[in-house]
Amino acid sequence: MSKLTLKEAAHIEDTLTSGHRLCAGCAHPIVARMIMKAASDKPTFVTNATGCLEVATTIFPFTSWKVPWLHNAFENAAANASGIEATWRAHRRKGKGPLAKYEDINVIAFAGDGGTYDIGIQALSGALERGHHFTYVLMDNEAYMNTGIQRSGGTPFAASTTTSPAGRVIHGKTQWKKPIMDIVVAHDIPYAATLNPAWPQDVLDKCRKNFSIEGPKFLHALIACTRGWRYPTSDTIAISRLATQTCVFPLYEVERVDGRPVWKLSGPSAAIARRPESKKPVEEYLKTQGRFRHLFRPKPDEELLKAIQDGVDHRWEMLLEKCG
Amino acid sequence: MSKERTWQELPKGAVSYRSSMEYKTGDWGVDAPKIDHDKCVKCNMCHFYCPEGCIHVEEDGTPVPDLEYCKGCGICAKECPVKAIEMVRK
Amino acid sequence: MVEQKLMGLNGDEAVAYATKQVNPDIVAAYPITPQTIIVERFSEYVADREVDTEFVAVESEHSAMSSCVGASAAGARAFTATAANGLALMWEIVYIASSLRLPIVMAVVNRALSGPINIHNDHSDTMGARDSGWIQIYCENAQEVYDASIAAWRIAEHLKVQLPVMVCLDGFTLSHTMENVMTLPDETVQRFVGDRPFIEVEGHMGKGELRLNPEMPLTMGPLDLQDFYYEHKIHQVDAMEQALKYMKDVDEEWTKVSGRSYQYVEPYLMEDAEVALIGMGSMMGTVRHMVGDLRAEGVKAGMVKLRLFRPFPVDAIKKAVGDVPVLGVMEKCISFGAPASPLMEELMTAYYHDKEKPMIANYVVGLGGRDVSPDMIREAYKSLAKIKKTGKVDKLSTYIGVRGD
Repeated sequence: MSKLTLKEAAHIEDTLTSGHRLCAGCAHPIVARMIMKAASDKPTFVTNATGCLEVATTIFPFTSWKVPWLHNAFENAAANASGIEATWRAHRRKGKGPLAKYEDINVIAFAGDGGTYDIGIQALSGALERGHHFTYVLMDNEAYMNTGIQRSGGTPFAASTTTSPAGRVIHGKTQWKKPIMDIVVAHDIPYAATLNPAWPQDVLDKCRKNFSIEGPKFLHALIACTRGWRYPTSDTIAISRLATQTCVFPLYEVERVDGRPVWKLSGPSAAIARRPESKKPVEEYLKTQGRFRHLFRPKPDEELLKAIQDGVDHRWEMLLEKCG
Repeated sequence: MSKERTWQELPKGAVSYRSSMEYKTGDWGVDAPKIDHDKCVKCNMCHFYCPEGCIHVEEDGTPVPDLEYCKGCGICAKECPVKAIEMVRK
Repeated sequence: MVEQKLMGLNGDEAVAYATKQVNPDIVAAYPITPQTIIVERFSEYVADREVDTEFVAVESEHSAMSSCVGASAAGARAFTATAANGLALMWEIVYIASSLRLPIVMAVVNRALSGPINIHNDHSDTMGARDSGWIQIYCENAQEVYDASIAAWRIAEHLKVQLPVMVCLDGFTLSHTMENVMTLPDETVQRFVGDRPFIEVEGHMGKGELRLNPEMPLTMGPLDLQDFYYEHKIHQVDAMEQALKYMKDVDEEWTKVSGRSYQYVEPYLMEDAEVALIGMGSMMGTVRHMVGDLRAEGVKAGMVKLRLFRPFPVDAIKKAVGDVPVLGVMEKCISFGAPASPLMEELMTAYYHDKEKPMIANYVVGLGGRDVSPDMIREAYKSLAKIKKTGKVDKLSTYIGVRGD
C-alpha cells in the first residue's frame, strides 16, 4: 500500500472532470475526486446508484467520467458491483475474457443515503455477505436530495426535510439516524471507515488503505448539501469540519484484525477523545444550517436541542467504548 | 426539432458521446476567485476543495483557477489558510 | 453430424445442463418454484467444478438481474433464471437490460403471478414482460428447452441484434417432467457459442467495444432528458426488427449442428384446415394430438405453434395460418380490463388491415396450472366449427374450464 501525499495527488488527473452540473459548493465532487485520485493506481470500475452524483455527471450526451462507469437503478449499486466483480473473478479463473488480464481492480459502488440506508440496504447487505472484492461508498447528504430533499433513514434527528418538515406540531424528523456503520461492521467485513472532505489527507490515507484490502469494504462520506441543508455555498468545508468537531460525524476506521473488528479513531476525533473539553457543542453545527432553523427560531427549542446534544453524546460515548 | 443527432447517428446502448468538459459551467458563477500568489503557500487545499476540480496545480505547485468551469461557490476563498484568495465580481 | 447422447432430463435439468455446456462467466440467481431445479443442479456443477462459472447467490431476483446487468456490462456471459413473482420483482431491471443492449439469457419457468399465490403454470409472468424489449422464445418440450438454452446465446449476441433473450418453459408440465433429450457433446456446444463478440461504439473518449473497459471507458446508463429518450427507444425497435431478420440464421446454423430444425412458427396440417388453433408452450403438444384425433373423425383441424413471441413474427404467422377460415387463439393469460388476452390482441392487430383474414376468437385456458385437457381443446374446436357455420364471432373471448359462466 503506497502513501499518497496531497502534493502527489494534486498532480493526478481527475477522472471525474469539470463540466458536471452538481450545485455550486456541492460536496459530492469534492469527495469523489479525492476517492478517484486514490483509486487511480489500478484499473477502476464505477457503478453509481441513481442520485445527485449520477444524474448531474451524466446528462446525455455529456459525461464527466473517465473510467468505465455504469448506472441503472436506485437500489442496486451493490448488486451491479457484485456482477462486475464476479466477472473479473470468472475471467481470471478461466484465464480468458476481457477482464482476465487485470491482476487487481477497484470496483467502486457510489450510492447516496437513499440508495444505501433504505432502498439499497438489501443489495448492500447481500453483497457484503457474499464477500465480493469491492468498495461501497456511501455519499451521505442525509436526505433524498435529488428528488427534492425527502427524509431518509440517514436523515438526522430533528432535521427538517420535505417529508419530515418542521411543522406546528411535529418538529422535523422524529427518528434518529440509522447507525449504518454498525450495520456494515456487523457483516464482518475487513474494512470500514468514515470520510470527511475537510481532512483531505485523511481521506486519501483511508482510501489507499481501503483499496489495498481484499474483500468487501465500506466508506461512509459526509456530503454537505448547500441546497438541502440550506447554507451559503462557500461554507461546505467549514460545516463539514464542524460536523466532526462536534462529534456529530466522528472520524474513525474499523479494521478486522484476527477476526474481530478493531475500532480506531482518526486524527481529529482522536484529539477530541484525548481532550474532551475541545469537543464543540452541537449547537455550533446546527445553527449553520437552515434545516435546523426551527430549533432556534422564533425562539430556541431547548428541549429538542438538549435531546440532540444528549443523542450525539450518547453515540460518541458508545464509539469511545468500541475504540477502547 | 433540435439539430441533435438522429437515432441512426446515436451510439448503440445509449452510451454518452461527449465529455462534460465541452459543457462550460463558468457562466453559472457571479464571482470568481482571484489568487494573490505572493500570499499563496502552495498548500493546494483549493485544488482539493474545489467541487469543479477547476483549480489546476502547476509543476511548481502554483494553483491556477480555470474560469471556464468555476461556479463561484467561494469555498476556495473561505478555506484558504493564508487568505490568498478573494472572490471578485466578474 | 456429431453423435448425440440421449438423456432423460426434465425441463429445468435441460436448462441447467445446456447452460453447463455453455459455461457462462456468471450465473446470478435466486430460487423460486418451479425454477429451483435449475439453480440447484447448476450449483452442483459449480461445486464439482464442472464449470468455470462464478455463481452469485444473490439475495433477491432484483439483485439477480442487477448482477447480470453489471456482469454483462463488464463483458461477461451472464445467465439467470426465474419465474412469476421473481420476474415481477426484477421488472425495472429487465427493461433496463434490454435498453443497455446486454445479451443476457434468462430462463423463465412460466408460473402464475400472485395473487393469490399459485406456483403452477400459466403465461401471466412473461406475457406481463412483453413490452420489456427482450426476445421471447416459448418451448413445447424439454428438447426445445435444451436447444433454445444454447441457441439463445448466439441470438442474443448476434452483432446485429444485441438483445437479451427469455427462454420460456412451462412450470411443472415442462420444468418437472422428464423427457427424452438428445444432447450434443460439450465441444460442439462450445464451438457453437464461441466467445462473446462485442459491437463497437463511439463513446466520449473514442471508439471501443460496448463494455466496461478501462482502456476505453464508456458511460453506460446516462440520464436522458426529453431530447434523447425517444431516439434511444427507437434503437430498441430497430434491434427487434434485426432480431426478426437474423434469428433464423442462428436457427439454420443450429440445424446443421444438431439436425433439428426450428422456425418462428410451426404449422401442422394447415394446408387444408378449416378450423385451427394457435398458441404457445407445452399445451400445443396436446393440441397437436387432438388435431390427429379430430382428423380421424373427419374434422379438418389444424394448428400453429408459435415459438417466437418477441419479436412478433407477423409474416411467418400469416404464412403458416394461410387461408384457414377460422382461427382460435388459445392462451394461458388474461389482461384484466383489456378487450382480449395478449396473443389475441397481437394477432388481431396483425390482421386488422388485411382484406383477407380469418375470423378470430380467443380461448383462455389453464390459468394457475389448471390442466389443459383434450376435452377442453375439443371444446375450442367445436366453438370454432360453430363460428365457421354461423359466419360470425359471437363471443370474442371464451374462458374454457372455469366453473361458473
